[in-house]
Amino acid sequence: MSSADIYREIILDYYRNPRNYGKIENPDISERDSNPLCGDELEMHINIKDDKVADVKFTGKGCAISQASASMLTELIMGKDFEYVKKLAKEDILDNLGLQNLGPARIKCALLSFKVLKTGIYTYLVDNLKDTESADKMKEEVSGIY
Amino acid sequence: MQTSFINIEDIRNDFPILKRKVHKDKPLVYLDNAATTQKPIQVIEAISNYYLTYNSNIHRAVHELAEEATLAYETTRDKIAKFINAKNREEVVFVRGTTEAINLVAYAWGRQNINKDDIIVTTEYEHHSNIVPWQLLAKEKGAKLEYIGVDDNGELILDHLDKYLQTGKVKLVAFSQMSNVLGTITDSEEIVKRCKKYGARVLIDGAQSVPHLKVDLQKLDCDFFAFSAHKMLGPTGVGVLWARKELLQNMVPFNGGGDMIREVHKYETTWNDLPYKFEAGTPNIADVIGFAAALDYLDKIGMDKVREHEMELTKYALDKLSQMKGIVLYGPKDVTKRGGVISFNLGDIHPHDLATIIDEDGIAIRSGHHCAQVLMERLDVSATSRASFYIYNTKEEVDVFVKSLNRAKELFKL
Repeated sequence: MSSADIYREIILDYYRNPRNYGKIENPDISERDSNPLCGDELEMHINIKDDKVADVKFTGKGCAISQASASMLTELIMGKDFEYVKKLAKEDILDNLGLQNLGPARIKCALLSFKVLKTGIYTYLVDNLKDTESADKMKEEVSGIY
Repeated sequence: MQTSFINIEDIRNDFPILKRKVHKDKPLVYLDNAATTQKPIQVIEAISNYYLTYNSNIHRAVHELAEEATLAYETTRDKIAKFINAKNREEVVFVRGTTEAINLVAYAWGRQNINKDDIIVTTEYEHHSNIVPWQLLAKEKGAKLEYIGVDDNGELILDHLDKYLQTGKVKLVAFSQMSNVLGTITDSEEIVKRCKKYGARVLIDGAQSVPHLKVDLQKLDCDFFAFSAHKMLGPTGVGVLWARKELLQNMVPFNGGGDMIREVHKYETTWNDLPYKFEAGTPNIADVIGFAAALDYLDKIGMDKVREHEMELTKYALDKLSQMKGIVLYGPKDVTKRGGVISFNLGDIHPHDLATIIDEDGIAIRSGHHCAQVLMERLDVSATSRASFYIYNTKEEVDVFVKSLNRAKELFKL
């Protein structure tokens, strides 16, 4: 992908004016991760109510791709059914970003927030829902993200 | 438009890789020399010549191939001793690189000499390889690790060193002779002088300095010195630990095995002479031989010329970059106090985005924390972009680089 295709207006806008930036007090899901290669950092907080995402926020620092993708991911899942969020695939995320053809180094930036989300869901499935079967599937999915 | 000090055209012709194109049709502008340098044909041929004509193991066999290989391997040691003006060739130990050299000292000297409540001093602008081994050692021994701070000009605050030395507990001071991020050249002789007064040992990380400056170990008067071949035209996988003979003699071996022994019995072993005591196993023969060709190459140009060329190039680049709106440049402004390493941030463009964008124009720079997260914290940034020069870089390349930075600014609407 050329830079002109990556750094479109919408990516820059979400990078500079991130939606849902911040923290939730006592969230149901709290997960963080970093990309040691880049030093990108990301933390995501989610509240689940009536099997829906009642609230989601993120904080982090890093490149435009990682931060914009995190912000756009929060918008994608806000208010959605937990089942829908569980089933989201990385292709959905890249489609949503319009970044389907990133190189191997930068795709990690685009998927860092997705990895954080899925890891958070995994922990939630184990700790809160005691749903080990779904959790195991989720764990496998997380390790295959990149 | 070359600098007045070396004939760049001739030099560039010796580096086959500089002729390649990247991203289809863009000439390669390689500005990531602080990470690793390119290799001249002389180095590549020295390595392939060894494999093609006299490949064999060294030191033990008596056949002709082994004699040739041993001679080439040991001649490299002599060349290194001369290159850094070490007094004795047996003080030159081959290792995999600077990282292994420092770990060797931490293990083989540190574990015998650092005790509970002792202080190890390092600096805020160290590479992780000159921090983590000391953290491990300090934790194991209950010793303390302290840092010499960095001022706003990117130079060490030597008052901090005095404060620690005055406690009388400092056993080792470990610092880089040139910062891999800021380019700052450390006032090494002054630090060594102060340490001597208090009997503290000194380790210098020369990974960034030996490739770019004339280094004179007898003048430096330190106790340990480490550097890598691959940052000075040589192959990867070869580095040097230099240490004072009397220290090496009293140190325990780092690795046990073949070549490092004199006699092995069932329960007892006596050690080989220096430096072989620290070179267990078959070493990286081919690349050590390749390293000699790199040293010859640099010798032919002359390290004074290398330094002058880089100073001129760095000044040219700093003058151009400092005119850019929104740029933050790190490190000393005075090129006599710094090497050809320029770290910067441009507006709110994250270094990884910047490196991605200018890569499209064929420019290879580094972005990230440069294995110096302690310094990133000090500078209060998560990352920087870094351009670093060597003998084959030109002013035209700096122009291409600056033009590409302007394109990045446009893309980010700055």
